[in-house]
Amino acid sequence: MWSRRQGRLRPVVCGVEELRRRRREREAVLRKARREQQLVSKRLLRDDAPEEAGEGCVSAILGETEVQQLLRQAQRGTEEKRERALVSLRRGLQHPETQQTFIQLEGSMRTLVGLLTSNQAQLQLEAARCLHELSHSEQSTVAEACLPATSYLLTYLSSHSSDFIELCLYTLGNLIVESEAVRRQLLPQGIVPALAACIQSPHVAVLEALGFALSQLLQAKEAPEKIIPSILASTLPQHMLQLLQPGPKLNPGVAVEFAWCLHYIICSQVSNSLLIVHGALSTLGLLLLDMAEAVQRTEDTGLELLACPVLRCVSNLLTEAEMETVGGQMQLRDERVVAALFILLQFFFQKQPSLLPEGLWLLNNLTANSPSFCTSLLSLDLIEPLLQLLPVSNVVSVMVLTVLCNVAEKGPAYCQRLWPGPLLPALLQTLLFSDTEVVGQSLELLHLLFLYQPEAVQVFLQQSGLQALEKHHEEAQLQDRVYALQQTALQG
Amino acid sequence: MQLPPALRARLAAGPGTAEPLPVARDPTANAAPFRFAARPVRFPREHEFFEDGDVQRHLYLQDVLLQVADVPEKPRVPAFTCQVAGCCQVFDALDDYEHHYHTLHRNVCSFCKRAFPSGHLLDAHILEWHDSLFQILSERQDMYQCLVEGCTEKFKTSRDRKDHMVRTHLYPVDFRFDKPKKSRSPASPGAGTKASAEVQGNSGERSEGDAMEICTEPVVASPAPVGERRTCSHRDIDHRKKSQDTEKNSAGPREPLLPRRGVP
Repeated sequence: MWSRRQGRLRPVVCGVEELRRRRREREAVLRKARREQQLVSKRLLRDDAPEEAGEGCVSAILGETEVQQLLRQAQRGTEEKRERALVSLRRGLQHPETQQTFIQLEGSMRTLVGLLTSNQAQLQLEAARCLHELSHSEQSTVAEACLPATSYLLTYLSSHSSDFIELCLYTLGNLIVESEAVRRQLLPQGIVPALAACIQSPHVAVLEALGFALSQLLQAKEAPEKIIPSILASTLPQHMLQLLQPGPKLNPGVAVEFAWCLHYIICSQVSNSLLIVHGALSTLGLLLLDMAEAVQRTEDTGLELLACPVLRCVSNLLTEAEMETVGGQMQLRDERVVAALFILLQFFFQKQPSLLPEGLWLLNNLTANSPSFCTSLLSLDLIEPLLQLLPVSNVVSVMVLTVLCNVAEKGPAYCQRLWPGPLLPALLQTLLFSDTEVVGQSLELLHLLFLYQPEAVQVFLQQSGLQALEKHHEEAQLQDRVYALQQTALQG
Repeated sequence: MQLPPALRARLAAGPGTAEPLPVARDPTANAAPFRFAARPVRFPREHEFFEDGDVQRHLYLQDVLLQVADVPEKPRVPAFTCQVAGCCQVFDALDDYEHHYHTLHRNVCSFCKRAFPSGHLLDAHILEWHDSLFQILSERQDMYQCLVEGCTEKFKTSRDRKDHMVRTHLYPVDFRFDKPKKSRSPASPGAGTKASAEVQGNSGERSEGDAMEICTEPVVASPAPVGERRTCSHRDIDHRKKSQDTEKNSAGPREPLLPRRGVP
């Protein structure tokens, strides 16, 4: 996947600064969309051969007469001539103006569908490419004009030409996010069984496209009620998990798509016990180990694209009530998971700090109810690395302190391993923060430390702990706890 | 962020679970005003906690494949002709040939030479168009299977089936792959529009000049790569075998026959 992507990216024609600016802009747009719960993205597969670009002419916008003419030419004559007409049409359809002209022309979609289902292979392909351009449009009228073609796109998912299937899948993926109206047509047309049949394809490109289309379907607002149940009832979950199993056959591009699919399913909380029964936890756990190994080997692999959804899946799965009752191998007990997680945390620290909270979320869920994992944190000497994350941000600090509380609350045997050591000095630092939540969590941890390791109190006093506490004695949210700690310290 | 050197070794070593230190909680640990309770946290779909990761994901979706340059040229080979009898198309790229073969030759009915997008549709076509036993049985029971993958409904007539597909599955009324056997003319009424939808067989490759047809019978996805690997010549053999078998087994009503996948 990664090399394929690099082969298709535009060479840098503008400066790095410009690229950064564009990226920041795009990021801002995406953030806004996400906050409005309108985050959708389409994908465009465009295979223009180099010589077309070399001709120097950017494809022109086509007018109504030209579109009509090309459609006529596409229906009669030698296969070559017809194909060329469609190629010209396709290039014109790269422009929103041509797209509008096309959909407003009576019978145009009918003709295109006719060509899509014709008995001439190259015409089919070109017609599908035209359809794909239309599906990518940001204007709903254009995308919705493609609806007459969907039953055929689905039919072709069980054909055998992998390039064609890939194109159909990306087109479907684009149409899916267009509107609930589109999905209300695709679901009764059998998109779920069609995908379930198609996922058995051995072609990597097909699988990646399928993962993309499925992820689009799963992001729909109505997915938890209307889509996810039928997906869980199909054979898709088993196949998805198979495609996520680490090993020589694991393809990163495919895995990324299906990891996101799993995430959308799991965080919708429809029926996660089913996934656990299928071995999701052990598969994803092994995948975590695999990623931690990969991170050590290669430099910049874009691994965070895969790590993010996997971490989310495991974290959410760990909250399932079934965890208590389900048998040994279905649970996650292997302490290598903790080791892998820290290697990933280090990777995030260097490459993608915004993912640190997600990693720490997993650490919290691993340690909250598990004396064994808390013991691993201690025996593998991971407390100090954890403390190194404190300065990153307030959110990260709170989570680090929460994990430490998970350890400390288990009693004296655990606190003995937390002090003496770097913990107390770190806490004296966090008490100086102004963020209420950070300080609040520090107070909780101090309380546990004092309770189970009273010798720490003296040192706390010697290091001006009381003054640090005093800073917050007016803060409403902290007052009671500050006072209680001061009392404990003075009596101790 | 510095990690202890032994950590990598631990990862490389075998699985294991740490023997937990003894847990001993004091009841005052979470007595007021303190309130910490260790608990796993779950985040639902739209939670803002996911914002950063989601944005990265979509940047990836939008960045990649959007602009294309220097697409590696299709590997070219010395020109060769399609080997299927009666087809004289020439190719110099394997991708093109693959698509051509799969589209036109892979699922071809040995009787009427119609090509189909998938094995399921071909199977259904053979059943409904070329199997006399099917005709007999369909007088007594519902034999026309819904064409939509995953739907197991069956119908008395092809017309009933079409109605079902239109009503329940929102399929187009003129679905190209559901032509009734008797009709030879294009089913679509829209031929009057300027841009006619039907593709007439200018290529001369197909005797009926019709577009590919779909037969009934996309059954629920079988675990079946068996179906996928069939070639058209195998289909011929299959069909002949099936006719012999159906003669043998014609006593009594049975489940609709599926084309044989192997000799019993």
